[in-house]
Amino acid sequence: MDKFFDFGLTAQLLQLSFVQTALIAAAVLGLVAGVLGPLIVTRRMSFAVHGTAELAFTGAAGALLLGVGVEFGALAGAVIAALLLGLLGGRESDRDSVIGAILSFGLGLGVLFLWFYPGRAANKFGILVGQIVSIETTNLIVLVIAALVVLAVVACIYRPLLFASVDPHVAAARGVPARALSVVFAVLVGVATALGVQIVGALLVVSMMVTPAAAAARLTASPWKVTVLAVVFAEIAALGGIVLSLAPGAPVSAFVTTIAFTIYLVCRLVAHLRDRAARVTADSPAAAPAAS
Amino acid sequence: MSPAVQISSATLAFGQRTLWSGLDLSVERGEFVAVLGPNGSGKTSLLKVLLGLQHLSRGTVRINSDQPVGYIPQQRAMAEALTLRGVDLVGLGLDGHRWGAGLRGLARRRRRVAAAVSAVGAESYARQPVGKLSGGEQQRLRVAQALVGDPDVLLCDEPLLSLDIAHQHAVSELIDARRRAAGTAVLFVTHEINPILPYVDRVLYLVDGRFRIGPPGEVMTSETLSELYRTRVEVVRVGGQIHVAGARSAVCEDEPHHLDERVS
Repeated sequence: MDKFFDFGLTAQLLQLSFVQTALIAAAVLGLVAGVLGPLIVTRRMSFAVHGTAELAFTGAAGALLLGVGVEFGALAGAVIAALLLGLLGGRESDRDSVIGAILSFGLGLGVLFLWFYPGRAANKFGILVGQIVSIETTNLIVLVIAALVVLAVVACIYRPLLFASVDPHVAAARGVPARALSVVFAVLVGVATALGVQIVGALLVVSMMVTPAAAAARLTASPWKVTVLAVVFAEIAALGGIVLSLAPGAPVSAFVTTIAFTIYLVCRLVAHLRDRAARVTADSPAAAPAAS
Repeated sequence: MSPAVQISSATLAFGQRTLWSGLDLSVERGEFVAVLGPNGSGKTSLLKVLLGLQHLSRGTVRINSDQPVGYIPQQRAMAEALTLRGVDLVGLGLDGHRWGAGLRGLARRRRRVAAAVSAVGAESYARQPVGKLSGGEQQRLRVAQALVGDPDVLLCDEPLLSLDIAHQHAVSELIDARRRAAGTAVLFVTHEINPILPYVDRVLYLVDGRFRIGPPGEVMTSETLSELYRTRVEVVRVGGQIHVAGARSAVCEDEPHHLDERVS
């Protein structure tokens, strides 16, 4: 347990280039996850993110088996999942079960791929729960480019996407192409999820894509402030998770998810206390005449 | 000056079913037209045609304006946790349909949104999450959202539904004041004419493909409505209100339409 608080060792490890690569990758993912997160929460897509991540796992497992870069496999799997969910799950009543059906099949297929894979067990474990030390410079370039593309597309479609997400009826009346936007957004989420798989792993991507935004949404109702806060929270979770994992050499994802969840709990508590204070203030004018 | 809305020999049919045909309607600037009729008579479809979401089977529709049309939907429950404040809702009415993130011209945008919010008297709650506001407060913000873009044409789809009487009056008055001040043409779909009766210039009453257009005093009579419904209908005027009594199932519509249900 001492290793958890060995700051000397942590500082030493931070000098290593692969650790620095991992930190850059995490920072990029934090930014993308923080920007997409509030829209994911508003559109109730937590389960879709989870389903997409499972398919990213299938793709990554397939890539491992074929000897292709895992990041490309994850990307292909996640984008295919996003398109499937976007096309099959158009109606909200269907969406939940469509995700469940696709997710479980994808996971099963991935397990089969891993069973065929003759290589190291650590690689297999890595795509499920993350293995940031394996990110190489070439992966990093792919990751940064993918992230930039996602952010650029979000910048282009942000307003109509927000409109269609928070106010679908009026947005439809104003001619916002909600259906096309939701497919595009699903693909963006797919790409971001594939990036997340490399850092926190397929099983825990939700902790980066959803938890920071869900925490931020407790504190403010302003779409802009929620996005800024979600980015900050996602960065704290991603970077903090890596730094804390260095000394003990434990899996990154355990720390990332713990930090994200702690932030979430704190935000809920803050919101609860604030609402209670607001209620007391609102009640007091009514109480005053009775007292006098 | 050309009318704000011009519908000429318009027919709307879905397969074998004709909702209405040969409809001619011009709405002048500043005119308040109520669209009434039972469920399935094509009131909401008429709005969809005017919004450009539905093509006519025959005929033409023209909106003589460069500005986007303003649109007020019926009040619906919003998720309490929705990360959206009143000002954001109003702002989306201004430029939510445009591409981009909207980072340019923020100061000007803020001024226009603030003006629209104060025009409906919603300053005190415009910065609160919309999901936590009352239905009446939400509908006031909806009026601001529809008017912030300075539309020449305002389309309303049952905007008073599920509001209490005080809020029905407040929202109707806001719409009336606007069309008087800015010459906005108003097309108001409703199943209940009384809250807006003092403001209505003309009524379009649709029943089973038949329709009648004229001032409320001419259309809302036992004779005209009996003809439209093809059954005996009594129109009674009580204390400045109009009550329609007859074959209850045909005349009174309890369930209004939802724009979205036919879209998907």
